[in-house]
Amino acid sequence: MTSFDSTKVAEIHRQLHAHLPSDSALRVKALESLLVEKGMVTAETLDAWVEAYSEKIGPKRGAHVVAKAWCDADFKARLLDDAASAIRELGYLGNATAHLKAVENTATVHNLVVCTLCSCYPFSLLGVAPNWYKTAAYRSRAVRDPRGVLAEFGVSLADDVAVHVWDSTAELRYLVVPQRPAGTEALSEAELAKLVTRNAMIGTDRDLAAQPGEGA
Amino acid sequence: MSQPAEGAVAPLKRMDGEPVFDAPWQASVMAMADALIARGAVTPKAWSEALGAALKDAEAAGEPDTAETYYKAALRALERVVEAHGGIPAEIVSARRDAWEAAYRATPHGKPVRLSRE
Repeated sequence: MTSFDSTKVAEIHRQLHAHLPSDSALRVKALESLLVEKGMVTAETLDAWVEAYSEKIGPKRGAHVVAKAWCDADFKARLLDDAASAIRELGYLGNATAHLKAVENTATVHNLVVCTLCSCYPFSLLGVAPNWYKTAAYRSRAVRDPRGVLAEFGVSLADDVAVHVWDSTAELRYLVVPQRPAGTEALSEAELAKLVTRNAMIGTDRDLAAQPGEGA
Repeated sequence: MSQPAEGAVAPLKRMDGEPVFDAPWQASVMAMADALIARGAVTPKAWSEALGAALKDAEAAGEPDTAETYYKAALRALERVVEAHGGIPAEIVSARRDAWEAAYRATPHGKPVRLSRE
């Protein structure tokens, strides 16, 4: 007597193809292999990018820029005047930051950055943009209701603080320079950099803690 | 404190701690786009316009406002700029995608997957 266990066959079939990538992953493999063959990208460049942006870069470079601006008035003046040149001094210029504007928070001004079209972002300074930055909700609400968005991130502004919303483009990106927290006079530039959050440099965080690890 | 706007998706802040890439292909899309821009094959403006158009399409189609939707739109944008500025027609890309699928199906689990070269 022969037996045909269809469940078993289906299981074997599933196991055999369990490693079949998703449609998106297959389309990416297609583009990648074609672009490499055409010599338009190299596998090494792509691997290096993924390694750097998945793990290494993050917002550390941006935090260094801000901490340096807090400590060095001349650097800060150069940063606010021509941010791309200033970050070039630190070796942080990337493809996306050839045109960069630094905008400074003050007691009466809060800056908030968005890209209403897509997700333009100074990623050579801040790493890959957070997922919320790329949502349709943020892209529309940051302009329509910036105070509501800020409230959602736990930032409540006094009525006399003006909100400036900056809409990034492929040609011009923004870095918010947050206010230096009080009581940090004794800290070094490296210690100060640890206080600067990614969100503060986008504008969805405002009052930074005076000690690392406090607050958001 | 004001409440999130009506009709808003889950609070944005909730997405704050999410990993930026859920799957390796998502990182590869961004890496390819940046590499093409670095090489001058695609201008930053052309890329942001293609991405903006793909995001608008996703929104119009009622796709959920998630990172997955964003990266799928980025992939469609990349396919468009590769066709328009990289000189690789969509049919070639699509045939290559199918060749990769066939290669995966033909390769036992655990073995490296290679495209067959005829």
